[in-house]
Formats: sequence, structure tokens, C-alpha cells
Amino acid sequence: MSTPTTSFGRDAAAAIARSKNEPDWLVAWREEAGELATQLDLPKPEKLPLTRWTLDQYGAYRPGRAVASKADLPAAISALLPEEDSGTLIVQHNSSVIYTQLSDELKAQGVILTSLEDATRNHEELLRKHFMTAYARDEHKLAAVHAALWNGGVFLYVPRNVTIETPIQALLFADDAEATFMPHILVIAESNSRVAFVEQVASSLDAATSTLLHNSAVEVFAKSGAIVRYAAVHQMDASAIDIAYRRAILDSDARIEWIVGDLHNGNSITDTKSVLKGNGSTSDSKIISVGTGNQRMSLTTQAVHFGRSTESNMITRAVMKEEATAIINGVTKIEKGATKANGQQTEKVLMLSPKARGDANPILLIDEDDVKAGHAASVGQVNADQVYYLMSRGISRKEAERLIIHGFLDPVVSEIPLKGLREQLHRILERKLG
Amino acid sequence: MATEFEIRGLKSSIEGKEILKGIDLNIKGGEVHAIMGPNGTGKSTLASALMGHPKYEVTDGTVTLNGEDVLEMAVDERARAGLFLAMQYPSEITGVTNADFLRSAINARREEGNEISLIKFIRQMEKKMKELEMNPEFMHRYLNEGFSGGEKKRNEILQMMLLEPKLVILDEIDSGLDIDALRIVAEGVNAMRAEDRGFLIITHYQRLLNYITPDHVHVMMQGRIVKSGGPELAQRLEAEGYDWVKEELGIVDETVGQA
Repeated sequence: MSTPTTSFGRDAAAAIARSKNEPDWLVAWREEAGELATQLDLPKPEKLPLTRWTLDQYGAYRPGRAVASKADLPAAISALLPEEDSGTLIVQHNSSVIYTQLSDELKAQGVILTSLEDATRNHEELLRKHFMTAYARDEHKLAAVHAALWNGGVFLYVPRNVTIETPIQALLFADDAEATFMPHILVIAESNSRVAFVEQVASSLDAATSTLLHNSAVEVFAKSGAIVRYAAVHQMDASAIDIAYRRAILDSDARIEWIVGDLHNGNSITDTKSVLKGNGSTSDSKIISVGTGNQRMSLTTQAVHFGRSTESNMITRAVMKEEATAIINGVTKIEKGATKANGQQTEKVLMLSPKARGDANPILLIDEDDVKAGHAASVGQVNADQVYYLMSRGISRKEAERLIIHGFLDPVVSEIPLKGLREQLHRILERKLG
Repeated sequence: MATEFEIRGLKSSIEGKEILKGIDLNIKGGEVHAIMGPNGTGKSTLASALMGHPKYEVTDGTVTLNGEDVLEMAVDERARAGLFLAMQYPSEITGVTNADFLRSAINARREEGNEISLIKFIRQMEKKMKELEMNPEFMHRYLNEGFSGGEKKRNEILQMMLLEPKLVILDEIDSGLDIDALRIVAEGVNAMRAEDRGFLIITHYQRLLNYITPDHVHVMMQGRIVKSGGPELAQRLEAEGYDWVKEELGIVDETVGQA
């Protein structure tokens, strides 16, 4: 059990599940997923072949040590937590959740915050109704592997009409490149509830010889009239691979706001998709990224309109340095019957090096006549007139460029709902942008 | 030291085409000079060349501010030496707030470790914005983004007031301003008139000069200063237009480099 899994399938998946004493239904379900993993192909992100990526080292189940109080968290983890205490926190360390804190007040209102593993035992019905229905295990091989091996994870349930003022905070941290690190976050927001969720993914891997595969997923279910604000900041070591499939299913008049910093230092595939099922539902996605070194990234945002009068807005902004490559896809799909839908998207790439590559691919797929849809995409360098303008006020060229580059990302950074995390994001950007 | 700004034989080209064909001008602290002229005669080129816009190549001549060679300096050095250009078309910069930008500009003039305190800066900025009748909200808006033409011009004057330059160039600051805004902008400029500060005001129209009385008026045509005089020259231009100047000098086409 402690050797990293490289050959993998039905039996291996079931064996791991059994060793963790998971409920029978889950063992069987993982077994099927393990089988699927041997049959399905890898996803094929646009213009980004995955052939040379190490995607078959899954690691071994290595749980972190559970702690009873926040003060007992490992120092590396405490250092990542914003100073202010939002009162609500869940922490995953390598393969398991080690700490959960939920205020009595929220508990009394019926809010549930546990590891997803706990929820498979204690909230089976609720979980099974939603889990991996927005991100299906048969989508492709990475989904099947995730289904077979996911661990730790977050289960958040917000009952109807409940408003949670301060953001729920999740920190997912790995410091063992040979551990399986595949969290799954499931958020169920019942009718007319309101919640903000903030997710941080980080790692501390010293000169790792293995490739840490963060094969993660997020599923958000916003029931009618619910408003979910989901912020995520990913920043792992360059040796790790970040896979993040994010999905939201929106009932009538529900709303999702994605605010994402895909700031990982290694290769990554992220795919953030909102399904506007109910009439009048709306989605807003804001994603920033900074590419450095020779990292390869595929960043996709998607909005699929089924409901009438649904609105989606997607913005991706990326700064590309050195020899980094980012393929940025925006897909707006409006299905037949989604009358009065409005889908807008913008992809902007700022190129800071002649060897960097940034492709912006806006894609509109419209099957209904009575709709509005628009897109804008641009790839360019730092604007010389802007630099001149700032310099004409006495600001040095270096500082002028710094202001412009940070400013390019600010429309997303300033939306992060937790001040401490926003400051941390500034520090990450400061470091990545150099 | 009393401010002295000297332009001698300045020639400048854009994309190989000569626009300025030898400009001579001497501006002392306390003086307001106005450069007038029809469109396309090189007025804005003069402003951009003095500030160091990368598109404008200076091919001949000298420019000094208090004896220092301005043309040797990079754009930011010129600004820190005391040059200020209120631009005709200020850039919009997403993500950089007006306040952050101005604080960076002020701190660029100060020694490291001696940066202006946030409180002091905010107080100064608020005070000047009030004088210019600007909405305080504009402090935290992104630089010029979504500003109307008039708001951008006021924002230029706001920068001038906070940066306290030695030599101010106003490039068509009056274009796109309604009469109220024009008055406010002019009051801002007048409040800044001082013994150690010179002004070079570039304009098409005389109306701005009703509010800011110049000491010297120059007419620019074909990339040269073709006529100079006192405030009465501006009034005559307002009343009679430019044709009499052209006739007097035998100029048929006053423009330069437009073909």
C-alpha cells in the first residue's frame, strides 16, 4: 500500500477503498471507476498534447495527521492561512483531511462542513444525489482516475434561505510527492442560500523525484435562487501537475461567481464550466494566470445555456513570461430553447517574452436564434503609450511596467472575497511576475 | 534657482518625416507662454518631443531646463527634473487606481525610505480634487478608465497640482471642455502660477486665454514659430482668424508633414 500506484485498475481501486474502510457502495463505485480508467482515453485539450506529461503516477494513500485545534496544524500549513480567522476552515494534508472547524452558529442553522470521506458515511443520500453528476467519471481517463482515487475532500451543505457572511475556507496542501493528492470539493447550496467559498491549493515539495499529480475536481450545485461565490487560488511547486475540473449546475435564478487564480508553477489543465440549467440563472467567471519558465497550461472556461433568459460572462486574463505556453479556450454554448440568453466572453493575454506563447480561442456554439452572444480576444505586449504616460509622471520604466502588468490582473485579484487571501495573491503575483 | 527653460533650434521627425523645423523659445519662471495655430502645424509634436515620446525623434537642437540637458534624459528623468505635460489624449490604464498611480509618481521624486505617508497623500489628493470639483470616487477608479473627455482633462490638472512641476506644458487642455470645466481647469492653472514655474500652453482657441492671461503668444505654422507677441496677438487671432498671418508671411499651406 505504500508503493506509489503506477499500474492501476479495478482491483487496485477497490483495494485502496477497502483499506480505508469505505462504505460498500463506494468500494463498488470506485471499482467501476478503476475499470473505466483502464478503458478511457486522456482528455485532448485544444493544441496541447499531453503525451509527454507524467499522468500515470498516482502516489500512495498517505493521510496527514489529524489535529484537534488550529494551533496544532503543521507550521507549513499555518503559514499559508490568512491571518484573519474566518471561523470556518477545512484543511487537507496530502491524502486526508486533518482539521475541520465550523462555528456553532452555522451548525445550528444546519450547515454541514466535513471531509467528503466523512460525508460518504454520514450524508450518503445527499452526497450520492450530487457527487460526480456534474463531472462524470466517464468523461475521460483523468475523471475516472479521480473517481477511483479521490481522497480527503470537502463537503459543504448550505440549507435553504441560509446566508453565510464570512467565506468558508478550504486549504489543500501537499508536501509528499508520493502521496495521492486528489481532493474533491462538493458544494450544495439549497434554494435562496448564499455562500462564499475560498479554496487554496499549495505544496511544499523539495527536489521531488516523483511527479505530484493533483487530480482534483469541484462540483457546485446552486439550487433555485442560490448565490455561490467560489474563489480558488492554486500555486504548487513546478514539479507538480495541476488538474482542476470545476463544474457548477445552476437551477432557476441561481448564480455562480468563479474567481480563480490559476497560478500554479508547473503544467496544468483547468476547466471551469457553468451549466445554466434553470431559467434566469447567471454565471460570472474571472480567471487569471501567470505562466513562467517552460510550463504548459490549458485554461478553459465554459458556459452552457439551457434555461431561458440566462446570462453568462467569462473573462480570462493571462500574463506569459519566459518560455511558458498557455492555450486559453472560452466556450459559450447556447442550446436550442434557451431564448433571450446572453453569453459574453473575453480572453486577454499579455506577452512579456518573445519565446512565450499565448493562444486565445473564443468559441461560440449557438443553437437558438433569439439570443445575444459576444466575444473579444486579444494577445499583445505591454502598451508603449501606457508606459510613456506613466513615465511622463516620473515613474521609472520598470515600475511603470510593473504597475501595468499587475493592473492587468487586478480586475480579478480585487474580487477575491477574503482580504488575507487577496494579500497572499499579491505576494504570489509579485513573486511570479518578478 | 529661478526656472529657465530654453529651446534652441529644435527639429523633430516622426517616421522620418520632419515636423519641427527649428523651434526657439525661452520660458522663465513666472511666465506663461501660449502657442497657437491651426491644426497640423506641429504644436502637439512640440509637446511630445519635449516630453520625449518614443515616436518622435529629435534630429537637431537643444533643450535645457535650468542648464540641464533635457534631451539626454529618459522620459521619467525629464519628469523628475520638473517637466510636466498635460496630454491631449491621456492613456487609460486598467487595474491601476488613480490614487496608486499618483502616489507612485510622488514617491518616484522622493528618496527611498522617505515615501509620502498614505494619510498625508490622501489628504492632499482629496483637497486638490475638491478644488477641481472632482467626484472623490475618482480617487479609487482605474486611471482614466471610463472617464469622460472633461474628466480626463481635470485629472491631468490634478496630477500637475500634486506633482508641482517647474515647467508645465498644457497640450490642448481646453479641447472637449464645456465652459464650467474650462473655468475650473483655468483656475487650477492660475492657482499654480508662481515665480519658479513656467507654463507653455498649446491651444487652437483663444477662449482658454480669457481665463489664463499669457505673457507671450506665439503662432506656429509649418513647424516653426512664425510670429510672437503679447496677449493682444491672441485677441486678434480670435477676432480675425489666421488668414492675415498667412498673408503677411506669404504662407499658402500652414500645415506640416500631413501629406
